Amino acid sequence: MEKIEFDYPAVRRRINKRAHVGVVGSGDMEVLMEPSTTEGAHVSITTSVNGFGETWKAVFDRFFTKFDGAVSIQINDAGATPGSVLLRLEQAVEVLEQ
Amino acid sequence: MSEPHLTPSFVSRKSFIELDGRARAQSLLDKGTGTELVGPFDRVESPWLPIQGIAPQADDGCIVIKGRIADKPAVVVSLEGAFQGGSIGEVSGAKITAALDLATRDSQAGRPTAAVLLLETGGVRLQEANLGLVAVAEVIASILELRQHAPVITVVAGTVGCFGGMSLAAGVSSYVVMTREARLGLNGPEVIEQESGVEEFDASDRALIWAIHGGEQRVSMGLADALVQDSIDKIAAAVCKYVLAGKPTQHRSEQIELYRERIASLDTSQQINPLALREQWTTVESKGGVR
Repeated sequence: MEKIEFDYPAVRRRINKRAHVGVVGSGDMEVLMEPSTTEGAHVSITTSVNGFGETWKAVFDRFFTKFDGAVSIQINDAGATPGSVLLRLEQAVEVLEQ
Repeated sequence: MSEPHLTPSFVSRKSFIELDGRARAQSLLDKGTGTELVGPFDRVESPWLPIQGIAPQADDGCIVIKGRIADKPAVVVSLEGAFQGGSIGEVSGAKITAALDLATRDSQAGRPTAAVLLLETGGVRLQEANLGLVAVAEVIASILELRQHAPVITVVAGTVGCFGGMSLAAGVSSYVVMTREARLGLNGPEVIEQESGVEEFDASDRALIWAIHGGEQRVSMGLADALVQDSIDKIAAAVCKYVLAGKPTQHRSEQIELYRERIASLDTSQQINPLALREQWTTVESKGGVR
């Protein structure tokens, strides 16, 4: 198991809702997205698959080119692929902006 | 080809099995009445899984939603089968027990509160060992308390099924609702094969497994009360019916003499045939034996 954290301080738009999607099942993950309590966005990942820090970084770099909400994201992951990760993130954003 | 009347209703149904644990619980409650207790944002996670290198889940795979069913107070407890096989650990066990105890307290205060347990579980979470075993004992004790005041309705929809310690919880429930896809048994097929050998039970033989553990067999034997299609509407209707029926005059698990006699009269000198057992047990008058 590995814990990974990222900060995206440049992200500023205030968010006032929270979202929970996904299940920590094989090849899947859960996302908890809520308003950030500090400046910018913060990402905290707990994954049962070690050694993919750079891949996670690439996924979030891409995600924050499209999404500008100052959110705190917590992920519990059981081996979701980068594609599934992005889909889960987009699903959470959809809930936030409903 | 696409004429609507050619589509069987089973195809256009809204599947219950395809929902995750939270959506299942929400689908059974009256619209807009549900309030989740100890939800994911409360972050009461298992403290034991990360120590063993396993990612936890923010709700520990146990969703508790209080609300109303058929306009009567009810609490739905749903186990997420996709997370660690729906297994019961310290946190999920405590959530179920607390939900049942609160329902008992409300019931004693004059607001009978039914409990609906959506069990998709392999039983005790092995990583939490003794705490999981204690949790099962507590859950059973709490069900026995609540069922004196209000019905405890177990739904096993599938596809995980309900096995291990939590099958005992199903056993002491007031009513059990199953689908054809669901399975209910004390030891799961893999466990039996592992402990007693493939000659005893072939865990890859799906026909054999469903002939013994499957919803149709369980309902036909009178060990479960209703066999329903995998459909949100049909499962919700069955749950509604039992909420409105209230607690039964006698629970299945109170019929000790009946089951003692049945078990004593089994001929174990030869392999018991599931179909024959069905006929044998439904001849004796039992609730839910015939659908």
